[in-house]
Amino acid sequence: MRTLLVSATAASRLMFLALLVAAVPARADLKIDITKGVTDPIPIAVVAFARAPLVDGGLDVGAVVQRDLESSGRFRGMDRKDMLSLPVRGKDVQSADWRTARNDYILVGRLVSSSPAELVIEFELLNLLNGQTLLDQRLSVQPASLRYGAHRVADQVYEKITGTRGAFATRVAYVSVDGPPPKQRYQLLLADMDGENMRVIMESQQPIMSPTWSPDGQWIAYVSFENHASAIFVQRVRTGERRQVSARAGINGAPAFSPDSSKLALTLSGSTGNLDIYVLDLGSQGLTRLTEDPAIDTEPTWAPDGKTIYFTSDRAGGPQIYRVSAQGGEQPKRLTFGVPYAARARISPDGTQLALVARDGSGYHIAMQDLASGQLRFLTRGALDESPSFAPNGAQLIYAGRERGQGVLAMVSVDGQVTQRLKSDQGEVREPVWGPFSN
Amino acid sequence: MRKILTVVLMASVLALGACSGKKVKPAPGASGQAIASTDAGAQTSGVASSGADLGTGGSGSGGVGALGPSGALGSQRVIYFDFDSSDIRPEFVDVVAAHGRFLAGNASIRVRLEGNTDERGSREYNIGLGERRAQTVKRALALQGVKESQIATVSYGEERPAAAGSDEPAYSKNRRVEIVYIN
Repeated sequence: MRTLLVSATAASRLMFLALLVAAVPARADLKIDITKGVTDPIPIAVVAFARAPLVDGGLDVGAVVQRDLESSGRFRGMDRKDMLSLPVRGKDVQSADWRTARNDYILVGRLVSSSPAELVIEFELLNLLNGQTLLDQRLSVQPASLRYGAHRVADQVYEKITGTRGAFATRVAYVSVDGPPPKQRYQLLLADMDGENMRVIMESQQPIMSPTWSPDGQWIAYVSFENHASAIFVQRVRTGERRQVSARAGINGAPAFSPDSSKLALTLSGSTGNLDIYVLDLGSQGLTRLTEDPAIDTEPTWAPDGKTIYFTSDRAGGPQIYRVSAQGGEQPKRLTFGVPYAARARISPDGTQLALVARDGSGYHIAMQDLASGQLRFLTRGALDESPSFAPNGAQLIYAGRERGQGVLAMVSVDGQVTQRLKSDQGEVREPVWGPFSN
Repeated sequence: MRKILTVVLMASVLALGACSGKKVKPAPGASGQAIASTDAGAQTSGVASSGADLGTGGSGSGGVGALGPSGALGSQRVIYFDFDSSDIRPEFVDVVAAHGRFLAGNASIRVRLEGNTDERGSREYNIGLGERRAQTVKRALALQGVKESQIATVSYGEERPAAAGSDEPAYSKNRRVEIVYIN
């Protein structure tokens, strides 16, 4: 098992705080463990990038890129102390030497500062087997966003070599809980996908649950019980400004943004306690009822085309996944049959797969159902796995589980080949939601 | 797009009070309170802390003073449930009835029924199960003549466990409805 201990430097945190007035200093860093990688990871040498002193804040861009690639479980980075030369340009790479050291690829680069307000990351990716230059790019970033720029370099390298768009320059939101029951403290947190730049964006003595991103990445919606009843809030990620959008009688739960971020699907119960699915138009405030059944209907999620909504219902006894038109006026169609319990579905970015929580004889696991064939396969084996959320590239899921009595976050590739764990030093962590691509 | 959504959301807050004509009504007083807290949240750069004084609700401690029925039955404020069930167990029928008689005879007193589940299964679905339990107790109280206006329900699902642990002793303490006297 390889362990990547992620710890924010004071410098990068300071820059982040300066950038975001809403930030609260983070309490604990996330730790990423690769619990299972591919059997034959791709060997790559990432040479330290030439620095731009005074402007780069001391950030080691090459190290960030290497850690990203390794954290995917699909790459093995060459140890720097084994490197015999440190080229920063492709033309200075002695391919034969790097090949002898068993590398298939090499990434070299340098930071160029034209002014204190601008940094350019120049980088070249070479195929050492045929000498071909695969990437020769310039990426312009603000100095305060240099780490983000490094993640974008990793995204490009990952895509060039694997054919799948990288998702390193993305963020995750999740809930943490501190203290013994019944007095607990709830926080909604945001972190980069590598665990850095963690910050609290909301905290309460009452439960916070069901965070979800708007597809444009500008907003996070969540449920808060701060007024002793559930209410749905929509909070602007950048500023922390927030608005209460639903505090009707009974339950206000399970918010889900439409693909164009203009509507929220949600669960309402009214005072009679009957949970049904509704769509709230954030512009007109118009409310459309999609289901009307005495059973529990909840956990709506939108298909990428915005025409269909998937949800959980126990109208047939145990909870199962159903599909209904987002316009309403349609009888829901049941989709899951093979398990006694299927709940909280999320649909893959390409619209072909459902990730969900399914129970079998050994507990609650993350499973994937192919929408065309209806075939269901289990991806995880934890006893209390829940809350799957797709990476925006569809290649991975982040989810929550329990290990030795503690809530942990974990990731699994949709092909099941790579598993990772993101563990917080203290407190429970749960309900991870992977943010969208930022560009 | 960004600007439009901001305007939309501001409008949505203003429109909240006007939603009462719709099928689903806002809770009396709840929206005003929440909007105030929204404003406070905005002033403190978005990190909104809810008051610590609100944290005492439920927990079955009976720390709400003299309100509620007296005697052994009346001092019991927590109704426990079996796995995957919202039926009131026989040993709790008399407890619920005692609270029902007290509330029916004191029409100005109100309770909040807080439904809870154990940690197994998905969170929002558990909110539904907790609500089902709270509604069962609400119906039992109504049978004693308690008015609808005296009873509020809230479901915390698995979000506010009474006991920590992933075993049946903890689970059995967490599948519950707490009867909380609120005035």
